Amino acid sequence: MQTPLDPVDLAKLSLKDAVLDVVEFRGETTIVVDPQRIVEVCQFFRDTEGLEYIFLSDITAVDYFPKEPRFALCYHLYSMLYTRRLRIKVYLPSDDPRLPSVTSVWPSADWEEREAYDMMGIHFEGHPSLRRILMPADWEGHPQRKDYPLGYEQVQFSFNFDDIDRLKPYAKD
Amino acid sequence: MSERPLLESSGHSANLTEWEGTVQELRGLVSPRALTGETMLLNMGPQHPSTHGVLRLLLELDGETVVNCVPDIGYLHTGIEKNMEAKTYEQAITMTDRMDYLNPMGNNLVYCLAIEKLAELDVPERAQIVRVLLAELTRINSHLVWLGTHCLDMGAMSVFLYAMREREMILDIFEMVSGQRMMSTYFRPGGLWRDVPAEFIPAVRAFIDYFPAKIEEYETLLVNNPLWIDRTQGIGVITPEEAIAYGCTGPTLRGSGVNWDIRKAMPYMGYETYQFDVPLGEHGDVYDRFYIRMQELKESVRIIRQAVDRLEKTGGPFRSQNRKYVPPPRSELGRSMEAVIHHFKLWTEGFSLPEGEVYVSIESPRGELSCYLSSDGGTRPHRVHFRTPSFVHTMGAIPKMAKDGMIADLVAIIGSVDIVLGDCDR
Repeated sequence: MQTPLDPVDLAKLSLKDAVLDVVEFRGETTIVVDPQRIVEVCQFFRDTEGLEYIFLSDITAVDYFPKEPRFALCYHLYSMLYTRRLRIKVYLPSDDPRLPSVTSVWPSADWEEREAYDMMGIHFEGHPSLRRILMPADWEGHPQRKDYPLGYEQVQFSFNFDDIDRLKPYAKD
Repeated sequence: MSERPLLESSGHSANLTEWEGTVQELRGLVSPRALTGETMLLNMGPQHPSTHGVLRLLLELDGETVVNCVPDIGYLHTGIEKNMEAKTYEQAITMTDRMDYLNPMGNNLVYCLAIEKLAELDVPERAQIVRVLLAELTRINSHLVWLGTHCLDMGAMSVFLYAMREREMILDIFEMVSGQRMMSTYFRPGGLWRDVPAEFIPAVRAFIDYFPAKIEEYETLLVNNPLWIDRTQGIGVITPEEAIAYGCTGPTLRGSGVNWDIRKAMPYMGYETYQFDVPLGEHGDVYDRFYIRMQELKESVRIIRQAVDRLEKTGGPFRSQNRKYVPPPRSELGRSMEAVIHHFKLWTEGFSLPEGEVYVSIESPRGELSCYLSSDGGTRPHRVHFRTPSFVHTMGAIPKMAKDGMIADLVAIIGSVDIVLGDCDR
């Protein structure tokens, strides 16, 4: 087994200007990278000896509304050989958030990206089948966005029973 | 509903009336032969007893062989992550129970661990021991439901009844500590909701003395049963490389022989101080996954035994004394003005966490359960995301295992992966 190498130093050395920022917080390392070069970055972390982040745990989409850049994607990688984690983060603008898909690097990115698309409306170029995954196919809007209202159902009392009943979508006689 | 896209040449029109998308989308998912009617498209679920909830599988069949399997989920989507953003950190714990309803304590645990990591909040030793103990009881609880339903799917009715009988004892223990059988909400940031009652230790002791003999009983029924072996060995094989690439974790990954258990690899709650083994399979088939879970039952009993011994010796507080995050006990409210202020602040506004983001993972009965928690410095979570094992397994492992298998084996495969649809759809 090769000795584990420092992902930050190695990334700065090899990926150069793709690395935009490095954040250390509560013992977790976050490397902020250029979204357009995400495939290259992921391939680098997966294949480089001494890093070998072969397992993609999760992709999380975050909405920083009303800040700009509004969206962020966190790729949580795990190295089984060295039992450590790494977070790759990319920031995307509110206007047409779009970046290349990493399904070619990890097949498991497929449904994580579909979830990010469904919930946040982030488009992944080159994804084999970018469809909604949790919401119905004809749903409008992306529910996890901060400007999407939570919604609620009106409470039906005896005095407003008929008013509310009229608005309900079920079949009537 | 009337504007369904239909096939232009309707010589053999495949039945697409149940499909929710367009034919164009279907083209990428099933082989071209399905569109000409050469192979058959069949919907399994969402209302099917062997899908363990509301999972819909769109199957493309060539005779009895599964050519393609396209999972369709979301029938149980309740927007838990969205709802949690509108609640205070403490209120949101109740939502985590309802994700994976067979592993409520584990869900509480991962969320509380994320808060504790972000707040740098301490957890007293007694609370840590009780957490480990209850997390392992939850694992047994979940594995018993898995065992029962898996056997039921395969036609072994009696195991289900035995498994539910033993599960009842665990649910009684949960009720004893939290007042609830399933949605316990017992773990809180900084420790536990309240201390365990006096009858807790005898009840757990009674269970761990009684239960190992029952595991033997299940094994006599199944492990060397030729019918069981016929239906499980060599079925739903996934290689270690595929399992890693498709994001498998937990017993599904270990069934293929990959030694990765988060309790060993990145210990939390003091798991590194307990003696236990990680059972591994070698073929990656349904039988190996079944066998591993049976062994895990024994390992969990082993951990519980050590935890009970420690709990008897360990006194002290059951929750952190950090009053910025943990409300004061009732007895202090009559004596201390400071306690009243803390109490008022915590139950009206809630505590706020420092700005930042953390990612915490635990080994749930199904695999890696992780919580991503992002805070903007306020009293409500800015973003919570759960990486749930059922979601990844449903979308990745099941289609992979089902491909080129027989349709009758699909039921065995779904059972062996052990999915909970509440966990999958959140």
